[in-house]
Order: sequence, then structure tokens, then C-alpha cells
Amino acid sequence: MGNLLTNYEDVAAVILFVIGMGNLLLQSNLVKKIIGLDIMGSAVYLFLASKGYIEGGASPIYVDGITDASYYINPIPAGLVLTGIVVSVSVSALMMALTICLYRQYHTLNLDEIMLKLGKEEM
Amino acid sequence: MDILRVVLLASLIICAVSVSLSRNLLTSVVIYMAFSLTMTSIWLLLKSPDLAITEAAVGADVTSILFFVTLKKIHSIQTEEKEEDDEQAESKL
Amino acid sequence: MSKPNPNYKGSTWDKVTRWVKGTYDPADGRLESTPPKNRLSPGERAERMLREYDQSRFEEGVAKQIGAFQVVSRIFFVLMALFMVIVLLYTVSFLPAFGDPASPVNNEVSQRYIEQGLEETGAVNIVAGMILDYRAFDTFGESCVLFVALCCVTILLRADRKDEIRLRNREDHEDQYYEPEEDNILQQAAKLLVPLIIIFGVYVVLNGHISPGGGFSGGAIIGTGLILHLTAFGVQRTRRFMNERVIKTLTVCALTFYCFAKSYSFYTGANGLESIITTGTPGAILSAGLIVYLNICVGIVVACTMYSFYILFRKGAI
Repeated sequence: MGNLLTNYEDVAAVILFVIGMGNLLLQSNLVKKIIGLDIMGSAVYLFLASKGYIEGGASPIYVDGITDASYYINPIPAGLVLTGIVVSVSVSALMMALTICLYRQYHTLNLDEIMLKLGKEEM
Repeated sequence: MDILRVVLLASLIICAVSVSLSRNLLTSVVIYMAFSLTMTSIWLLLKSPDLAITEAAVGADVTSILFFVTLKKIHSIQTEEKEEDDEQAESKL
Repeated sequence: MSKPNPNYKGSTWDKVTRWVKGTYDPADGRLESTPPKNRLSPGERAERMLREYDQSRFEEGVAKQIGAFQVVSRIFFVLMALFMVIVLLYTVSFLPAFGDPASPVNNEVSQRYIEQGLEETGAVNIVAGMILDYRAFDTFGESCVLFVALCCVTILLRADRKDEIRLRNREDHEDQYYEPEEDNILQQAAKLLVPLIIIFGVYVVLNGHISPGGGFSGGAIIGTGLILHLTAFGVQRTRRFMNERVIKTLTVCALTFYCFAKSYSFYTGANGLESIITTGTPGAILSAGLIVYLNICVGIVVACTMYSFYILFRKGAI
């Protein structure tokens, strides 16, 4: 089993990823699909940041001029996740704008109904 | 410390499940806000204060505001007056 | 001297020139640039007429199909989810333990960032020193992503003249042109809170290299303050200082300054030239070379983007 029972963060990230994917694939409501995608993103960030943690390490801010690498946690995953969080908000904003456009056109948020109306238009 | 980790991660999963199960869109957006705030505490536990402050400002704040405006635009926030009207109509029936 | 090519017509260069002039389209005939023509066989036409004749029956059939599809997709999703969970958890069981200092993630890269960072960047916050100095072009690209997202949302949600005439519906219209009645409690609270929020945001931006924070979080906080001002005092009073021109100028100037400042720093650094940028004493507000200015640029871009997202969603115009 290895480290499966002690890496709580990794296990939670896997479960969150699958829950988010279920939201994305199975929900027919567009807003819930967007939330599902955000949850998937959060799961990936959680996994990344948990990899950079070091037991007993301090936050990556210099204290008293100590420049010893073993005193702090790994700053690289934190930097990567920082960029990811801000990009994910602009992605969700773009998707919400598309949702509003679809609602104005079809007056519904249900993807199945939108497909039905689209089929009728093509007929 | 370990107990706190487990509790916070479990509440993350509970939030994610209840987002997908809730019927009302407004409820699911508010639960997603709670998800982001829980995430903020987890970043603090993982010793990344930069991530915590960014997640609190961006994830819990701006994203939720944008979700609320979207819900208002797609008319899925029911105001109290409307609900009262519905209740009155139901009681009349 | 170049000889005239006898096969000039139809050569690649000819196509390129014609494409530049706009008389030739390489995708012509290959992509569906024109709507497909009505090529229905008699059988299909009869079917279509039948469908139009019995619209409700068609809908019933489609609903049945959708229902069947949902059942199948649900079963497949459960299978796939089980598969994914098993595979990923199996992989997780081979990963190094949580908080293990000897895990391969903590390699010489992070060691170098931590050991040399204070000397080379002058930033006390290691993450800020990393994303705004060692990996500054990454952050530049990300600011550009925000700007592009803002452009896309503007294209999607902008209410131009045609839409104004058509008037999508009454509530939308009212939301766009009339403010809610003056709310006294909200205004009094906003008078107190907006300056505090914006000052806190400026503090977070300016102290990005000393303490946790930086351009992204501080910019989002400033944006939230502006959104509160807009909600409380209405769009007219906010447009006095945050209109389209101001947002455009601020964003473009911030991005341009970021690009040129970091290009200068990389150019001098790579060629071993004398640079006017000094790291200063770590811990002081005006230290860490360019990081303070880059943080301010990123903060401006993020604040403008967040505020513009809100007002575009709400009013359809900046």
C-alpha cells in the first residue's frame, strides 16, 4: 500500500478530481459544469502544493537572514499554483460570459434543451 | 494537526459532493464559496500564505461575485417577493 | 538579378501575396465557410415533412433518446470514475510520503532559489522573488492571459447599438440603465469600507516582496473595493474615475512597462552588462530591484480586469 494511508492530501485530491469530473460530465446545467471544472482545478492545485510541503519547514519567507534550504518549504509549487489560481478565475469568467450569451439565445441553461432547440433550428 | 488536516480535507469533499447534489443554483454557488474558504485554511496548513491570501481574494471573493451576477442575469435568484407571491398563489389553491 | 519565374502563377509566393491582398483564401473549399446547401434526398425530405407535421412526436423521440443517452453515459462515467480512482490511488501509493524532505520534488532548483534568492533578487518573500524575477516572463504571460480574457468577455457581453434597439428583455434593460434606489445603509457602510479595502489592497501590493501577498492578491482586493463602490454609489459616480479610457490606458501602460523593464533586466543580466537596477537592503520598501514596480504593474492589470469583468457582466459596457 506504500504511502496511501498517510498522504491524505493526495487521496483527497484524487477524489475531488473525480467528483469535479462527474459534475462536468453528468450535470446538464451549465453553471454546475463551470463549478465542476473549478473543483477539478482546485484538486490539481491541492496535489501540487502538497508535494512542496516539507515536514517542519517554515513558510517561504526569509527569517533572520537564514538562507538554508532545509529550513523552508519548497517555494516552486507555491509559485506555480499562484499563477494557476488567477488564470482559473479568468477562465471561469469567460465561461460565464458564454453561458449568459447562450441563455440570451435559448432562454434555458439545460444543455439537453439547448441541443433540442438547436436541432429544431437546423430542421 | 493530523486531525485538523483530515477534517478540513473531509469538509472539502463534503462541499464538492453537496455542490453536485443541491437543487438550487444559488445554494451550490454559496457552497462553492465555502469550498474556497476551506481551501484557504488548507493553504495555511501547507505553509503557503501567498496562496492563502490569493485564494481568499480571488477564489472566494471575485469568483463568487461573478457567479452571483451570472445567476442574476439568468434569473435564477428568486427574490423574497416572488417567493411570497408563489406562496400566496399556492395557499389560494 | 532575379529571373522571372515562368511558373509564378500558382506558386506558393503568389498565393501568399494574393492572400495578403485578400483575393485568395487557402481554406476555401476545404473548410465549411459557406453554409451547407440543401441537399436532401426525397426520402429525407419526406421524413422532414413528417417531422414538421408531428413536432411533438419528434420531441418525444428526442427526449427518449436523451434519456437513453443519459443512462448509458452515467453507467460509463461510473465505470470510468472507478477506473480512474483505482489507477490514481495506485499511483499515489508509490509517491513519496507527505512532508518528506528527501522527496525528488526538493531538488537543486528550489535549493538554489532559497540559498541565492536573498542575494540575487533582494526579495524577502521567496515566492515573490521567484515568480517576478527568475520566472518573470511566466508572470508576464499570465498578465497577458488576463488581458485577453478581458477582451473576450468584452466581445461577448458588450451591448452595442443593435442590441440596445432589440432590447433583450425588460429586466436586463432596467439592470443596464437604471440603478436600484439609493440604499442608505449600503452607502454609509461603503463610505467607511471602500477606502479601507483599497488601502489594504495597496498595502498588499506594495509589500509583496516583504510579506505574503503581491500583485495578484492585492489587485483582486482593490478590484473588490471598486466593485463595492460601484454597487453602492451607482455607475455614474464610479465612471468619473474608472471609465473605459482609464482602464485601457492603465492596462496597456502596465503591460508595456512590465515587458520593457524585464527585457532590460534580462538583457543586461544575460550579457553581463552593468545594470542600473540594484537590489538594495532586503526588508526595505524600495528594495528588491524591479519586483516592487512589477508587482504594481500586475496589481493594476488584475484590479482593472476584475472590476471590468463585474461591470461588463452587470451593465454590458465598461
